[in-house]
Amino acid sequence: MSESGSIVAETAARIFADLADPQEVNRARDGAWKGRLWQALADAGLTLAWVPEENGGSGAELADGFAILGVAGRYAAAVPLAETLLAGWLLSRAGLRAPEGAMSLAPARPEDRLVLNADGTLSGQARGVPFAKEARHLAALAGSSVALVETAACRLNEGVSLAGEPSNTVTFDSVKPVAVAPAPAGLNQPALMLMGCVVRSVETAGALEAILEMTVRYANERVAFERPIAKFQAVQHNLARLAGEVSAAMTAAYSAADAIARADTFDDVIFLEATAAKIRSAEAAQEGAAIAHQVHGAIGFTNEHILHRYTLRMLSWRDDFGNESYWAAALGNHVAARGADEFWPLVAAC
Amino acid sequence: MTASLAFDQIRLPPECDELRREVRAFLIAEIAAGTFDPHHPGHGDAHSKEFSRRVGAKGWIGMTWPKKYGGRERNFLERYVVTEEFRVANAPVRLHFVADRQSGPILIKYAPEHVKMDILPRICAGEVCFAIGMSEPGSGSDLFAAKTKATKTKGGWLINGTKIWTSNAHIADYMLALFRTSPPTKENRRHGLTQFLVDMKTPGIKVNPVYQLTGAHDFNEVVFEDAFMPDDHVLGEIDGAWKQATSELAYERSGPERFLETFYVLSGLVRALGDKPDIRSAEGLGRLVAQLHTLRRMSVSVNGMLQAGKEPVVEGSIVKDMGTVWEQKLPNRVRELAAFIEEEEGNRATLEEQLRFATMIAPKLTIQGGTTEVLRGIIARGLGLR
Ligand SMILES: Cc1cc2nc3c(=O)[nH]c(=O)nc-3n(C[C@H](O)[C@H](O)[C@H](O)COP(=O)(O)OP(=O)(O)OC[C@H]3O[C@@H](n4cnc5c(N)ncnc54)[C@H](O)[C@@H]3O)c2cc1C
Repeated sequence: MSESGSIVAETAARIFADLADPQEVNRARDGAWKGRLWQALADAGLTLAWVPEENGGSGAELADGFAILGVAGRYAAAVPLAETLLAGWLLSRAGLRAPEGAMSLAPARPEDRLVLNADGTLSGQARGVPFAKEARHLAALAGSSVALVETAACRLNEGVSLAGEPSNTVTFDSVKPVAVAPAPAGLNQPALMLMGCVVRSVETAGALEAILEMTVRYANERVAFERPIAKFQAVQHNLARLAGEVSAAMTAAYSAADAIARADTFDDVIFLEATAAKIRSAEAAQEGAAIAHQVHGAIGFTNEHILHRYTLRMLSWRDDFGNESYWAAALGNHVAARGADEFWPLVAAC
Repeated sequence: MTASLAFDQIRLPPECDELRREVRAFLIAEIAAGTFDPHHPGHGDAHSKEFSRRVGAKGWIGMTWPKKYGGRERNFLERYVVTEEFRVANAPVRLHFVADRQSGPILIKYAPEHVKMDILPRICAGEVCFAIGMSEPGSGSDLFAAKTKATKTKGGWLINGTKIWTSNAHIADYMLALFRTSPPTKENRRHGLTQFLVDMKTPGIKVNPVYQLTGAHDFNEVVFEDAFMPDDHVLGEIDGAWKQATSELAYERSGPERFLETFYVLSGLVRALGDKPDIRSAEGLGRLVAQLHTLRRMSVSVNGMLQAGKEPVVEGSIVKDMGTVWEQKLPNRVRELAAFIEEEEGNRATLEEQLRFATMIAPKLTIQGGTTEVLRGIIARGLGLR
């Protein structure tokens, strides 16, 4: 993490700790906390961190934004921070001004395509757009154009993710955008998806870090057979495996974030880093969630306990911007096409 | 203690690029000269005196050690590059690898100066082979149950007992061994073992082969009968060997050899699949590549943290645990993914041979150098559970 990254991350951590304590959020009867949290994040310039100042943002580095997302993952708060960051990034890459308020982006699946018609309107369908329902605007990539669209101008279904968050199919029926600009060279649909993959990986890594801490603490507190369950070797080994999965997710995600933050283009190395981060963090989410729930026993299966806020969220993140199976096949094909002799040099270049 | 883990974002420094090119050129020349076959699975396990000497002449053994001992004072990430390129190429490093990785560093820390001046330059030259004498018939995971006894005598110690599973003992010049100099105490069952440098030519040492299930002769039984060790071959504190294994262990656990031991089956799979794999094989391959990349980034991180003077003990154990479990499963995964490859002239023969070998050696990967269960115990302790 860069020095500014750690300052930004500390700011984010303070805001989340004050306004998004998972216990309180879980007990809250309404969504009032969301408004307060969002306002604080926006006031601190975190929601538009990836937008330059001249376009309405706070002009932070890519690394800073990823640091914010790592913290956000540790709180698993149900606000569209990652989506707004990504949308802001997409808009500003095309030189477009970012509006205030929550945003999301489309497409959110690698197979979905939007087109910019000759009359300047947008058509197509984007499935699984996270938080579309709660976003005032959408940043859209249509071929080689970037557009800013009012969500109200699109048709949305009522989809929800595994974690109960909006995950909507957004239909563009000749929607007239608020603004359009050409995408810069190299910013195409795969590049946008890879950026989304890294964002989700970083959030997953953050969530897993919190899960490890929570699960170790619980194992030391919970008594069965007259001793803390942490003293049972079977439990210890489960937690050691959990620590391994957390380590893998952290390493893959932060490595990819670091690589993207330094790179000028989405080249072969970024492709490996980003796809590996998505694949490995999704695998870690799956293994990690299973272990954490096992160690928590029944209490972890309740609505009252906060564990599900983390586990369900990171399990649902697996599906955004291409799931791990999709990217594994893409990575496998990529490696095969390069051939056996060019395989290790690619790995060693990271 | 908190359950937080640290994997610093470490990239190999720029000086590594030039070194990597040099190492690759050297290996290509060795392959061309017929020293070893990069696709022959057994070769990475083999030893070659001539090869180790040429590696030594390049300055790639003991390369992080002080110059006065024959080292090059390069950093650990440079050593990392050399190690990973050698492993991936399947080069026969057996003769010098143990000395380079762990015996040399222990001597640097604990041996008297004249011993260091005698032995370390010869390690760097690729001339000497080391063995590790820890396990005994009644002492494996439970290292502190070791019984092989060192009895004080004039000017040194007399050793009696048996070490077992000692890799390389039959080709080794020296062994670093743990011997019992006192009984354990009530308060501390780890008390009473002392680390010794053993010259394998010492009268009273007998090396008997133990053949492995592959048919290979890699490890041995080593019997000591009144073998005399001079006083200056005691390494570190008498009775206090248990205090001496800290940061070296992290190096020992976190290197690229901890996940690359069966790498050849993965590159063999890529070769056999060709440039248009079916979707099932492509997905499986992609997952394996993602896992490999992640392990490597974890391992680079731990080595970078060690270079920076940190002690990532838990993280190092995690790398070894995950790395060895992964490389152990790899032959099975590759076999599944290769199941539907269309038979063409010769495209499977090499892979079949590689799988045969990797499948046979797979069980040892999670046993040697500390079992999975022992590692998970160490990780659990680091997490604050014990
Ligand atoms: C190929 C190979 C090379 C080797 N080379 C060397 C060498 O050069 N020098 C050397 O000194 N040794 C060497 N060894 C020995 C190696 O270090 C031991 O095999 C290892 O430490 C395990 O000891 P053990 O075989 O006695 O198994 P045991 O300790 O008897 O263990 C058997 C099983 O019980 C489990 N177990 C034991 N204790 C516990 C516990 N407390 N909790 C949970 N599970 C437990 C183990 O994990 C294992 O699964 C080598 C081994 C192999 C396979």
